[in-house]
Amino acid sequence: MRRLSVAAAFVAAGWLAFSCASCKREERGFRVDPPAANSIYAVTMSDLHAGASTMPSAIPTPVKNEYEENAYALSQGQQLFSQYNCTGCHFHGGGGIGPPLMDETWIYGSRPEQIFASIVEGRPNGMPSFRDKIPDFQVWQLAAYVRSLGGLTSPAAAPGREDHMNSTTPPNSVKQEKPKNSVLPKSAEMPG
Amino acid sequence: MRTCFRKIRRAGGRRAVSPRLIGRALALGAMTVLVAGCKGSQSALDPKGPQAGRIAGLWWLTFWVCTAVYVLVLLVVAGALVLKRRKGPPVAKDPTSPVTDPRGGPASDPPVVTLDPAGERRIGMVVGSAVGLTVIILFVLLFADFITGQHVHGFANTKNTVSITLTGHQWWWEVRYDDSTPSDVFTTANEIHIPVGRPVGIQLQSSDVIHSFWVPNLHGKKDLIPGHPTVIYLQADQPGTYYGQCAEYCGYQHANMRLVVVAESQEHFDQWIGNQRQAAQPPEKLTAKQNQGRLVFMGRTCVMCHTIRGTGAGGRLGPDLTHLATRQTLGAGTIPNNVGHLGGWVMDPQRIKPGVYMPQNSLSADELQALLEYLRSLD
Repeated sequence: MRRLSVAAAFVAAGWLAFSCASCKREERGFRVDPPAANSIYAVTMSDLHAGASTMPSAIPTPVKNEYEENAYALSQGQQLFSQYNCTGCHFHGGGGIGPPLMDETWIYGSRPEQIFASIVEGRPNGMPSFRDKIPDFQVWQLAAYVRSLGGLTSPAAAPGREDHMNSTTPPNSVKQEKPKNSVLPKSAEMPG
Repeated sequence: MRTCFRKIRRAGGRRAVSPRLIGRALALGAMTVLVAGCKGSQSALDPKGPQAGRIAGLWWLTFWVCTAVYVLVLLVVAGALVLKRRKGPPVAKDPTSPVTDPRGGPASDPPVVTLDPAGERRIGMVVGSAVGLTVIILFVLLFADFITGQHVHGFANTKNTVSITLTGHQWWWEVRYDDSTPSDVFTTANEIHIPVGRPVGIQLQSSDVIHSFWVPNLHGKKDLIPGHPTVIYLQADQPGTYYGQCAEYCGYQHANMRLVVVAESQEHFDQWIGNQRQAAQPPEKLTAKQNQGRLVFMGRTCVMCHTIRGTGAGGRLGPDLTHLATRQTLGAGTIPNNVGHLGGWVMDPQRIKPGVYMPQNSLSADELQALLEYLRSLD
């Protein structure tokens, strides 16, 4: 009897821990702190300048994007992805006019802050700059969703259902792609 | 009411107010308040158009029929309580009863039911006619319902209608005035102007979830279903401002999804529609401050979601702002449209309407003032 009650207590504790963990997953933050949301602008996003190497810019300290663990933020990112017409070029991750976002190749880096920089600064050959046009917290939501397309976010939080008619696997079930951060495309290379 | 108060006063004189009296006074007061609530804006019992009139008629018919049935039932119950039971034929004792008291006491006599054929027939007649009457009353209500539906939908065949397409969004209304000339089609938001005495055909659709269009003074509810357009016809017989409301739960800000319907004379309506068809003023007609505001609008987050006709802003996610300054409310009826509220709304809509899809904006004071100047010039 005593052993039984100990087991029950363990089960209850486990269940409590489990449900507390999922509280954060579902947390919805409507208001963001404006100064915090703007802090990223204080960081130099690019070291691209005349005479420098052509390797992608990098920020010394990696940024952790908390939205990657939040289902609400990820689904907001998914909505924004089509609302801001990212789908116009990248389609639903498969790529078309722009490069695909669901494979292992990341021309300008796969880390959250690198994706953030790509959206805010724009990139050669067609990616426009969205500086000032998209609020920072929404860029972070977009960056989180973009990473979920390649299975780089936690499947526990990634969207399980897409808003559009799809023929691909939803982000919470895709195989995780190992990012390669490979070479620049031929077209983006500096003329030698 | 007055007698009721007098009773209370008299009871008070005896230094003891009976709880029953207080209860009765409270019930009367509550009823007065409820009935008063039926007057005025957003009440289906204060119809301002033929459709709402029919619906109110049906409501009152149902109300009076139900009241009559209720009073009748109460009378019968009261009669049954008050009137003494007529003596039936003597009840014979059954000597073969095997029933004993479960507690081990002496055997008690079980009740014996004897048949009284005449009485049975009488009761059968009464119950039968009551059931018949119920069926007739239900059929009367059904028939009245059917006739009301016929009349309300009869407006679908009328000519000379104003045609509007109303699209529900989380949590605002997109209003498009259709016209056979494509350049005369325009879009506004959260405010419908209609001419008095002319039928208005509104096509209802939704861009996300199910909403419901309800302007109680003019018509009943009709759902806005994604992928399934429906049409509602209404007409206002008196000029005035009528308020509508989303009547189908649609998310966080369902309660703040309101709508203004302004019914006005044909002349005023033509004037309004003529103004709404105009594009925004070109930059050379704006003041320096307004032009600065225009650049803020075009260079910041606003331009991603909002349209101002005649400029480069063509976003379709939020309301069309071409004639923002002419509207009565902001945020789908959440706050009145004036400079102060507009400033608060632009900077921090999440404080006013948490969950709304418009993000907070961080603008400098100078940028905000210029932007407000520009937005107030959109009339």
